[in-house]
Amino acid sequence: MSSIRETSSAPGLALFAAAIVAAPFLLPDYYQSVLIVAGLFAILSMGLNLLMGYAGQISLGHAAFYGLSAYASGILTTTFHWPVPAGIAAGVVLSGVTAALIGIPTLKLKGHYLAMGTLGFGVIVYIVFNEAVALTAGPSGLTGIPRLSAFGKIFSTDREYYFVVWGTVFLLFVLARNLVRSRMGRALRAIHTSESAASVLGIDVARYKAFVFVLSAVYAGIAGALYAHFVTFISPGSFSFHASTQVVTMVVLGGMASLWGAVAGAVFLTVLPEWLRAIEDYDILVYGAILVLTMRFLPGGLAEGVERVLSALASIFRGKAKASGGEGKKP
Amino acid sequence: MTGRASYFSGEGITLRFGGVTALRDVAFSVSEGTVHAMIGPNGAGKTSLFNVITGLYAPDSGTVRFAGASLSGLPPHAVAQAGIVRTFQNLEIFTNMTVLENVLTGAHLSAKYGPFDFFLRTPRYFREERRLREEALAELSFVGLEGDASLPAAQLPFGSQRMLEIARALAAHPRLLLLDEPAAGLNIRETSALGELIRKIVARGVTVVMVEHDMALVMDISDRVTVLNYGEVLADGTPAEVQRNPAVVAAYLGEED
Amino acid sequence: MPFSSILQFIVSGVTVGATYGLTALGFTMIYNTTGIINFAQGEFVMLGGMLAVFSMKWGGLPLPVAVPLSVLLVTAVGVGVDRLTIRPMRGRPTVSLVIVTIGVAILLRGGAMLLFGKDTHSLPPFSEGPAIPIGGAALLPQSIWVLGITLAVLVAMKLFFDRTITGKAMLACACDRKAASLMGINVDVMVTVSFAFSALVGALGGVILAPITLTAYDVGILLGLKGFAACILGGLGNPFGAVAGGLIIGVLESLGAGFLSSGYKDAIAFVILLALLFLRPSGLFGKASADRV
Repeated sequence: MSSIRETSSAPGLALFAAAIVAAPFLLPDYYQSVLIVAGLFAILSMGLNLLMGYAGQISLGHAAFYGLSAYASGILTTTFHWPVPAGIAAGVVLSGVTAALIGIPTLKLKGHYLAMGTLGFGVIVYIVFNEAVALTAGPSGLTGIPRLSAFGKIFSTDREYYFVVWGTVFLLFVLARNLVRSRMGRALRAIHTSESAASVLGIDVARYKAFVFVLSAVYAGIAGALYAHFVTFISPGSFSFHASTQVVTMVVLGGMASLWGAVAGAVFLTVLPEWLRAIEDYDILVYGAILVLTMRFLPGGLAEGVERVLSALASIFRGKAKASGGEGKKP
Repeated sequence: MTGRASYFSGEGITLRFGGVTALRDVAFSVSEGTVHAMIGPNGAGKTSLFNVITGLYAPDSGTVRFAGASLSGLPPHAVAQAGIVRTFQNLEIFTNMTVLENVLTGAHLSAKYGPFDFFLRTPRYFREERRLREEALAELSFVGLEGDASLPAAQLPFGSQRMLEIARALAAHPRLLLLDEPAAGLNIRETSALGELIRKIVARGVTVVMVEHDMALVMDISDRVTVLNYGEVLADGTPAEVQRNPAVVAAYLGEED
Repeated sequence: MPFSSILQFIVSGVTVGATYGLTALGFTMIYNTTGIINFAQGEFVMLGGMLAVFSMKWGGLPLPVAVPLSVLLVTAVGVGVDRLTIRPMRGRPTVSLVIVTIGVAILLRGGAMLLFGKDTHSLPPFSEGPAIPIGGAALLPQSIWVLGITLAVLVAMKLFFDRTITGKAMLACACDRKAASLMGINVDVMVTVSFAFSALVGALGGVILAPITLTAYDVGILLGLKGFAACILGGLGNPFGAVAGGLIIGVLESLGAGFLSSGYKDAIAFVILLALLFLRPSGLFGKASADRV
């Protein structure tokens, strides 16, 4: 794992960019809308992975930050006729500020208060979406949200929107990668293992946890606003507790503390149900099983699995001399 | 103790957990550039004292002063910023990192760049990271781990993990280094290497305070020794003075030999 | 609002709150032995009610058999959760364990949905009889059952902690797990016992509540969260504070629904929870300072 982290990521990024550009030309048109949704979830799970995989803090309310931004931008552009970019900006700021209000006091505490605090917050926000009918149109949902437009250009086709979403994914991926490979990234991983050891080395634990929590809510906010101006109709159901657990599952399945894993987990769990229509009713069970089994047997998720396969292949090529032991076992 | 203001001192430190008094009116004084040992039987309150000094515990009363300033009420990270860094008795290695990354994390405070620099990868980011890396590798070779930089830290043998914690602490550029039982779990050869290492650390201008059970090591390298027993200071003096103190012999040294 | 209505809200609040208290008790027990918050706690409550309903419906069992059977089955589920997921992961970071309990919660909820369907159900009251009028309010016989059983659980717990070796050992675990294991206390067994206990009190809460409110496969999330709010209110780790916290939350929720709006009723517990996390994270009955970083 470490060897990968320290090598240059430029070839990986170039490959990622090429895959993003090529995908819509290689896949049937139908997949563009699936991939747009996958991209939105990738943004959500990258943000949550910074918080959960790197810093070791659980948020069970990410659907609320996703929803706050979606509703804020939706309402401002529809009811109050704001331009779409202004609505998106306002939505993202709202998510970030709300996270700061929740996170700063909660993250001063040791232990998993944030998990319960965000879960409770998620429930409250979901109830408000349903009950504040005058503002949100309640359970029936907010309709007529304009498609994304900026600088006089309306992104009306799925292909255009695909590039907007995955361009954003790429940008946010690079920013997250830059964070992870900095003093702050190391500080977050230190906090994950031992808050005491981190703090006596001069790391302001509460402040860093709050920073990364707000950042992950901003990621969720960006995804939420892009979602609202893609589907043009939003209802509370998309932002329930179930959606929050979906994002947690994507992070865990993809691999805690792996940004590639976060993207892979999001794409995998968005595309999989498209193939397996039959599991629609059982998806809740599938998510639960994935969480338990991954944590128990493959704590590094798909990222670790791929790494194990690669290092196994490498050792086969190198002859069996060094095959035993191996780095694959490391978390 | 003489009347001059000491470099690092504590006074009237009392710490209670519920009904149990872990520290009672503890005082100590450490001169700059020395090795100062805190000894005492298990449960004497040595580690509790370290936790108070580093801000992990808030004492019920008393103050700790360092280089002329009070540390009272400072959170742990601010104590580190003031120049005091510690290691842990039950190793707190970052097991999710490589050996080098552990030391780089120790250099957190000396990295002079902010979010703008790392998000956008400014020249300052690259310059600082390169400098940190060189420093971290230097600290690793200082403790004798230069060959293990890219290993996952969890794969190091126990003795090397102790050295890694010291390298990580040194990377923070401490003026005062607190070592919590640095020799625990080390064999004789490793312990004597540790003694040498501590001398080298002092030679760099770092003051060392250590909690230690290994009497041979304590008597060998300490300039002064404070003896704690049941949370109270029992004796304080040079190693020779402490060894001759009948109360210490009765409470502690007697049961060792 | 007339006094009798206020009294009525308090009576029903205390009744529902007692079951929040039992849920909170479950959180406390597992937290004390493992240091983790068990996100499946609410599902134990749900399972308690649902298994009782369906052992009557499908098994044709009479209520006095169905209720203890359901509680026993859920206790077995609690033991199973520990043996299959928590024990094999000893020594892993608490984040991983907490995530596993989230997964277990989703599995239990999904399993209940598949097995029992999405309908809501109710259990008949434990005894027939007219409501007892007190000061203009009506006290249902089931409320007496709820309060009586909660009280009995509390007395049993007190005796268990004070009089038995296992109980004392569990308290020792709560103070310091490492020291407890050094002193020869088998922490594994303590953790299993705490899971069994938590499942048992959770299921008890579920069966006594089912005749009053309805039950369904998905009631566990809200019940769990409210139990957690109660647990924080009482001071995490304090069993008697947990029950008191449950009563307070039940009453506030009931009054809030009456005075404000029933649509926001479920939000009340969480507003209290968030306010507590901000203002007094050590709870009403906890130590003056919570564990800050």
